[in-house]
Amino acid sequence: MASGVKPRVKVPKSASAGEAIVIKTLISHPMESGQRKDSNGNAIPRSIINRFTCEFNGQSVVDVTMEPAISTNPYFEFEATVPEAGDFVFTWYDDDGSVYNDTQSVAV
Amino acid sequence: MDFTRRETLALGGAAALTFVLPFRANAAVDDAIAEFTGGAALADAGVELTAPEIAENGNTVPIAVSAPGATAIMLLAAGNPTPGVATFNFGPLAASQSASTRMRLAGTQDVIAIAKLADGSFARSAKTVKVTIGGCGG
Repeated sequence: MASGVKPRVKVPKSASAGEAIVIKTLISHPMESGQRKDSNGNAIPRSIINRFTCEFNGQSVVDVTMEPAISTNPYFEFEATVPEAGDFVFTWYDDDGSVYNDTQSVAV
Repeated sequence: MDFTRRETLALGGAAALTFVLPFRANAAVDDAIAEFTGGAALADAGVELTAPEIAENGNTVPIAVSAPGATAIMLLAAGNPTPGVATFNFGPLAASQSASTRMRLAGTQDVIAIAKLADGSFARSAKTVKVTIGGCGG
């Protein structure tokens, strides 16, 4: 349904053990709220990303449930603790069942 | 001052609408809060909500929430067609219980943040945001 979905994530390349780092994520997605109408007056069906998760080596950092009130190209900024070297896995879940992934490695 | 039957009906209808509409919107907000808290009492301190006083474009309103020690934060927009915005669940590796995002606002309204704190209690914070151009494609 949604085309041209592209996740972008900004994570520092390295961190010291136990350091708190700021992570910024953005994914291009129209986030059709279901409230808008097309030129013929028909409601455009809802098509959004309804969940976003960030995990580090299998442990959850943040898990966000999203509603249609989140803007186009959903953007999130949050802080994570890095206990050891590893990978951040970012996952977005679309209404249509698609799952978008991104992975970023952090060295300690 | 005499009213015709038509005028009286119109007035009555308008009055009924002004009472019913805000009540319905508030009921949806109250339902969402009750579902999240399970009816628990809400403290005033413990969650901080950062939002602009005036947002020119209701399509992307930057917003930040922070609640030290919270396990989850729910964001609500009281004046949107559906009040829910997002719920942040923080895991063990979250360095701080804060996050920022961008949201849509249909018009000038209150934005509410409810945090579920680690001890099981809840905190509430609200802020009014003036919106110049609504963000629901009206």
